[in-house]
Amino acid sequence: MPSLPDVMTPDAEALAKAAGNGARAPLAAGTLAHDLFTGLTRLGDNALILGHRVSEWCGHAPVLEEDIALANVALDLIGQTQLWLGLAGEVEGRGRSADNLAFLRDAWHFSNILLVERPNRDFGHTLMRQFLFDAWHQPMLKALEDSNDARIAEIAAKAGKEVAYHLERSADLVIRLGDGTEESHARMQDALERLWPWTGEAFVADDIDLRLAEAGLMPAPESLRPVWDATLTEVLSEATLTTPDSTFAHTGGKQGRHTEDMGHILSSMQWLQRAYPGATW
Amino acid sequence: MQPDTEQVWRWLSEVPDPEIPVISLTDLGIIRDVEWRGDTLVVTVTPTYSGCPATGVINLDIEQKLRENGIDKLELKRQLSPAWTTDWIASEAKEKLRAYGIAPPIDGTAAAGVLAGRARRMSGEELTVPCPRCGSVNTARVSQFGSTPCKAAYQCRDCLEPFDYFKCI
Repeated sequence: MPSLPDVMTPDAEALAKAAGNGARAPLAAGTLAHDLFTGLTRLGDNALILGHRVSEWCGHAPVLEEDIALANVALDLIGQTQLWLGLAGEVEGRGRSADNLAFLRDAWHFSNILLVERPNRDFGHTLMRQFLFDAWHQPMLKALEDSNDARIAEIAAKAGKEVAYHLERSADLVIRLGDGTEESHARMQDALERLWPWTGEAFVADDIDLRLAEAGLMPAPESLRPVWDATLTEVLSEATLTTPDSTFAHTGGKQGRHTEDMGHILSSMQWLQRAYPGATW
Repeated sequence: MQPDTEQVWRWLSEVPDPEIPVISLTDLGIIRDVEWRGDTLVVTVTPTYSGCPATGVINLDIEQKLRENGIDKLELKRQLSPAWTTDWIASEAKEKLRAYGIAPPIDGTAAAGVLAGRARRMSGEELTVPCPRCGSVNTARVSQFGSTPCKAAYQCRDCLEPFDYFKCI
């Protein structure tokens, strides 16, 4: 049986070129199609990178039920990634599938917010990151149900049903651990403080966001802030946690400027497709 | 000669769900349409959860069943909207789920996000899921997610049986 092509295969370059055959030129920046493609990769990349991060827990969670729950949340997010990146590839019209976009782009072409690439650290930190994301993700999908583009609205309606359960779970666990033992409380407060500077990026608009909002395709990022704030106030106070008062926000992920962690995520996530170009099963 | 669509629906009602084999694909409500377009049979399927790994297997099972019955030209279409809901699970199928040990979905209890969930808790109207084994309502949720994304893990406090609850979405 012939072995799979790998990095030592002399025609790896030919394979890469063949994969690009028939491709149209990249979309021009500033056009609505390019804006839409970027907006869709932002949604898809958030789901993909967080899904990958959460999947890193598989087989390592503190108890079996939580291990299963984490894997299921990761699965939902990766399913949503297929829908968003699938549509992004369709909008781009260069024949790139969701898999191509997930496994064959490099860090600077990923446009997820920096929050989702933060390392897992402990279980409490992972759940705090999930809660801070879910509290944004749920109203985002709700707003996307009103998109002018029916394809976006139907993915959002589908994903929104799943994410409502993610938010209920992460909020419940943040409350249980925050208002738990002295140890769990201290860890959750620490997680909140560590993650806080990474939360603001989701609400900072760039020109692409503004044009997408103007076209009625996606909501303006800052429009989601009041709901996010209200959810945090409610859940964090019940969790007996103190919200940091800093407004500083790290930004750049949406424009492809990532933290050092991103390269490490990709080296594990994309290893197979890069070592064995064109591999399928 | 083309079999009529009613016959195709009957064949599809014999295809078991790969994860929960006591119910069929039509019981589950994921077959949205069956129609002939010229000489091609088009079957429209909606996914339960967007990341459900069974989706690929379901498509293969549909294809196999229909090919066995002599249908060569077949197209499987994915339809996302309206998004699948557990309300589409046939009521007889809910009984089959219970007999199989899975508590069936309780209509109208889908999660709506944290604020609604919290409001329910505060008003004491938290969801009660009867044990599929002994019928006791003295049960507790162990985790929001069970053996698959569509289920939650519960345990009965009377007969102590752990069980899956098919969540409402």
